[in-house]
Amino acid sequence: MNTRPEFNAARPLSAADEARRNAIFGGGLYAKRTTIHPKLVHGRWRNIKWVLLAVTLAIYYGAPWIRWARPEGMPQQAILVDFSAGRFYFFGLHLWPQEIYYVTGLLVIAALALFLVTALFGRLWCGYTCPQTIWTDLYILVERAFEGDRNARLKLDAAPTSFDKVWRKGGKHAVWLAIAFWTGGAWNLYFHDAPTVVSDFWTGSAALTVYLSFAALTLTTYSLAGLMREQVCTYMCPWPRIQGAMIDRDTLQVTYRHDRGEPRGPHKKDQTWDGRGDCIDCNQCAVVCPMGIDIRNGPQFECINCGLCADACDEIMVKVGRPKGLIAYDTDAAVLARADKVKASYRLVRPRTLFYVILLAGVSGLMIWGLSHRAPTVVSVSRDRNPTHVTMRDGSVRDGYTLRVSNRTLEAKAYVVSVEGLPGAVIHAPGEKGSGSTFTLKAPADASRSAKLFVTAPENDARPASLPVTFLIQSGDDIVREKSTFISGDGR
Amino acid sequence: MPRPDKKTSDQEQAPSTGHEWDGIVELDNPLPRWWLWVFYASIVFAIGYWVVMPAWPGISGYTKGVRNHSDRVNVAKALQDLDQVRGARLVQLRDKTLEEIEADPALQSYALTVGQSVFGDNCATCHGQGGVGGKGYANLRDDVWLWGGSLGDIHHTISVGVRAGGTETRNSRMPAFGRDEMLSEAQRADLTEYVVALSGRAADPAAVARAAPPFAQHCASCHGAQGKGDMTKGAPDLTDREWLNGSRREDIAMQLFTGRGGVMPAWRDRFRPEVVKALAVYVHANAGG
Repeated sequence: MNTRPEFNAARPLSAADEARRNAIFGGGLYAKRTTIHPKLVHGRWRNIKWVLLAVTLAIYYGAPWIRWARPEGMPQQAILVDFSAGRFYFFGLHLWPQEIYYVTGLLVIAALALFLVTALFGRLWCGYTCPQTIWTDLYILVERAFEGDRNARLKLDAAPTSFDKVWRKGGKHAVWLAIAFWTGGAWNLYFHDAPTVVSDFWTGSAALTVYLSFAALTLTTYSLAGLMREQVCTYMCPWPRIQGAMIDRDTLQVTYRHDRGEPRGPHKKDQTWDGRGDCIDCNQCAVVCPMGIDIRNGPQFECINCGLCADACDEIMVKVGRPKGLIAYDTDAAVLARADKVKASYRLVRPRTLFYVILLAGVSGLMIWGLSHRAPTVVSVSRDRNPTHVTMRDGSVRDGYTLRVSNRTLEAKAYVVSVEGLPGAVIHAPGEKGSGSTFTLKAPADASRSAKLFVTAPENDARPASLPVTFLIQSGDDIVREKSTFISGDGR
Repeated sequence: MPRPDKKTSDQEQAPSTGHEWDGIVELDNPLPRWWLWVFYASIVFAIGYWVVMPAWPGISGYTKGVRNHSDRVNVAKALQDLDQVRGARLVQLRDKTLEEIEADPALQSYALTVGQSVFGDNCATCHGQGGVGGKGYANLRDDVWLWGGSLGDIHHTISVGVRAGGTETRNSRMPAFGRDEMLSEAQRADLTEYVVALSGRAADPAAVARAAPPFAQHCASCHGAQGKGDMTKGAPDLTDREWLNGSRREDIAMQLFTGRGGVMPAWRDRFRPEVVKALAVYVHANAGG
């Protein structure tokens, strides 16, 4: 039933094949790198990749420059992770460090979305939106501009050192470094006010962390996207290893339809197509592959599902007058079904995908509910332990509390504090004469304030030694209740 | 463990040192190259270090190094810098009156912080971290005071201490009626009942009646005819529920016998004026009036 081609040692080796062979026969666990020079290809998937490249890079470099109006004295930047003030701003949302669970939720959503997409369409993330792929694509674009396409680059690599070679290589690395520089610099814009940090950066007055993270990101961009490229995906990234758990027979992946392609072989014009496959063994799918693999060997863990081989093959198929789609997004199940002359069926709804969708909906719902019910005021009341209570000359009892109010709104507020469940209670702050039953605590916009409070209650033998009370913290319609205890004896 | 992919012939070719234990031969392999270079680099670094930093001991001192580095000087400098940082507010604490400090929220908050810290390090030993004191040590959290509970009174008490010696200190001494044989044991027993009755508790009426004349003669001069105490003399109110040295009959009897009075140091001898002020503000703010 399975007509998948066996590994054929007589065929030309792809770069990944070569690396594997090196690993097996070259001794040791070390596989020598084989430089990959992917050929430029045109087509539907390449166009989508160009658009995504432009969009994602525009977001990365541009997003921190978006301004967002907030009250005076607060950052005017739409997206800002402000470590020094302990705030995360995202357009109309601003989160406190205590609300880190929203970030956790966001990461869970991202992971589940990745699982779902992978179960449905394979490693789309890797092929189209992963920063490693995006920047590698950008770097190859630069390389192509300086050194020409695949064949020219191969020739240049093999050529002896000459002025032409030096300026082409040098120019390429210079532009690569410039991009890395910009990328490393842009990273800082997410953590500081963008215009300020840019001018600080150039005048040498920015924080040390700015220069350090700038240097680290510049270095990683240059080395990961320029020098290491596909090795990052093959050796460093855990995702190719994990993906196996999400992918099954019904996952749409870039597939060589061997049911249609085999038996392959060179094809001359006017030769018949009867009794042979559509694959003319032109090797174009392999030479355009940024990962250096030959898709015709079946699914491989190096494959990032980018579809460039499908574009390359379509171009050839049009030239030789055969239908497009010898390499296309397809499922294992469909290919095998067609090989058995059965009608192929596609199952997007599977227990696996359903499970991911349900989880995703659940977590997203929780996040939306959480964000829409976000408390504007968070209060904590802690009772003094030493002394637990003080008895006054007239028999009245005084307890001390520390009240902390976090005003998470963007306007200054005055909170009126009172105590429920303690008749005759008088509240005052240290150094203040107690007379009223309320206390007012002012908190500026987006800030916490704490106050020491004394609550005094008249002598009352009927009152239990430990009485549950409730603090009422009120600002307009916003009322927060916080439970505590009033101690008026040692309970013996 | 031998690694199959790593040739071991290099090691085997190294000459033996001649040391052998149970067939295990020690080979004369060279030191690891990286280690050797780190070693050489350390020597070079050390020479530079001698020049730059204090290094060699001499007979009457040591080589100072070109940086003239001294940890002692650095600490002194750091302490000076700290005073600079604290300066403005400390000066305000020193120059403003106690009432002005209490009226200024920012300054009061600063005084409370300083006061709390100093209280914890010095006063808590006797008065407790929470300030409620204990037997023989005054409770600073309630509204009962021996020497007055106003801000000024508290400041003065902290400054001069209680029975701390010197002419200004808060001084008073209750006679040791028993030890000095000023009152007989029977009289003291009657007076104990009298004091119990003063605080509103049940007492032997006959004893209370007998004790009235000695109380008027010996006690009323300080504690007052009604036993209400006198804050100018540090004489406690005997009618309330607050007892410095215990409320039980044996506590009261013991007090009559020994007349003991505790001592508090004069803190102005130990602290700068601004710190004493901060302490006073802290104690006053946390007290019950």
